[in-house]
Amino acid sequence: MKSPRAEPAKLGIHAATKVYQTASGDLLALDGCELAIGKNEIVSIVGPSGCGKTTLLWSMSGLHRLTSGQITLDGEPITGPHPDISLVFQDANLLPWRNLDANINFPFEIKGTRPDRAWIEHLLHQVGLEGFGGKYPRELSGGMQQRAAMVRALSLKPSVLLMDEPFGALDSFTREEMNRLVEDIWLDSPTTIVFITHSVEEAVFLSDRVVVLTPRPGKVASEYRVPFERPRTLEIMATREVFDLTNAIKMDIVGGRVRKERSRTAEAAA
Amino acid sequence: MSDADAIPEFRKAGSGGSDKVSLTNLSAFSSGIGATTRREVIAIIAVAVIVIGGIEIALRAFAVPEYIMPTPSAIIAALFTEFPLIAPHLGHTLFQLVCGFAIGSTVGLILAATITQFPFVEKIVAPYILILVTTPMLALVPLLILNFGFGYTPRIIAVALASGPMVMINAATGFRRVDSAKIALARSYGASTLQIFWKVRAPMALPMILVGLMIGAIFGLLTTVGAEMVGGGFGLGNRLTSYSSMIQMPQFFAVVLILSILGILIYVTFFLIGKKWASWEA
Repeated sequence: MKSPRAEPAKLGIHAATKVYQTASGDLLALDGCELAIGKNEIVSIVGPSGCGKTTLLWSMSGLHRLTSGQITLDGEPITGPHPDISLVFQDANLLPWRNLDANINFPFEIKGTRPDRAWIEHLLHQVGLEGFGGKYPRELSGGMQQRAAMVRALSLKPSVLLMDEPFGALDSFTREEMNRLVEDIWLDSPTTIVFITHSVEEAVFLSDRVVVLTPRPGKVASEYRVPFERPRTLEIMATREVFDLTNAIKMDIVGGRVRKERSRTAEAAA
Repeated sequence: MSDADAIPEFRKAGSGGSDKVSLTNLSAFSSGIGATTRREVIAIIAVAVIVIGGIEIALRAFAVPEYIMPTPSAIIAALFTEFPLIAPHLGHTLFQLVCGFAIGSTVGLILAATITQFPFVEKIVAPYILILVTTPMLALVPLLILNFGFGYTPRIIAVALASGPMVMINAATGFRRVDSAKIALARSYGASTLQIFWKVRAPMALPMILVGLMIGAIFGLLTTVGAEMVGGGFGLGNRLTSYSSMIQMPQFFAVVLILSILGILIYVTFFLIGKKWASWEA
């Protein structure tokens, strides 16, 4: 696999800083975040809770502005929602008053364009939701809802797919199934994917690169390349290399806390 | 309906009490009318026959005079014999109700949709809305008659004033239920403010809007009849006062029966609309 740094970044994050004005004063969520994501690369962003992962992703989607710095897509700065970027939300975020077909049509209604039926049929087939078009979200399980949300996001053929903890609410079996599905979709039609997750296992399974953010204010703490070949079978995921990498990333995220606790126990012992 | 064969609902809080919808909620749409099995239908009819028949027998057995309480059979008979006389009055009542409700609910909906877009304005306007909702608009009818005479006008104004605020306060509750994730979804596809309103806010508010329309229509009916009783020589309310002054109790109760049927029709209409367009929530 080619190094993503060799070619110009598909998605560039340059000195991204975001300050939220809150009642209790300014909150610095992102502080000079730098990241370059290559074309068709899958990058996971992990980090402690509240480290600004979602802030970073929403900035990439153009849903909110950065306080300073900029995000670029193919070198062009992003100032608002971009047709080439699709977002998959936490909890599927389907519209409950629309059936599955109408939910998938929603982006096209907004844009006033004609949906590519053949492509949508292909996606529905891939995620196993054929024949569910007339069902309402409340009639679908959590995994099915999230699959429908993925079809909705991919229906516009975006070149960048941003996923904001999409499988956080699912049980672990469904979650692994969804991870394999994302890999299948990517192998079938590669896109650039930025994936936010709390699960290091999920990040390692899916990604070409795992980016660890620091606690708030968020900036890039470290990056790990994940060199394993795809599709990543259970055998590959059970190897020592995967285990070691997963642990190294976990240590990196909780490392500060572990050291602090160790010194506290040392103090107590003394 | 029993829960055993229902599709399990995913990621939904238990029914009842969890939703923050104020004043009323959609339980009126989800339960209430509607017999499903044959057994239920038979039981409902049997109870009705026993109750009405029992009243009939009791009134006859105790020889209750007609001016105190007419028998059900006398009321039904009066309904048929007097209907040609009552029909034009029913027409007047319906006309006033429909006009007043149309004006009131339209203004109420527009106000709710605009005011909820500006939380600051909403805070200032809220106490006045509350006064409008809680004041019986019937109290204004004598004044309205003084200003507009004994025709349709004062009654239509009273109906609009009674139903408008009811529609508005419920619709506003609906429009306030913003789900920022769903708005973000629409925005991520480049939706305009107007598109967000029509495609996200309005459908989300629809169940509460329907509740508001139903309550508004029933308040409108009450106000129509009340206003007709206060003044003017036509309408079902006027029939009530004139029949009772002439101690024509079977005719009086025939009009009451028509009014209850009207009320039930209003309820059923909105129930069915809600079932069709807002069942995703109920």
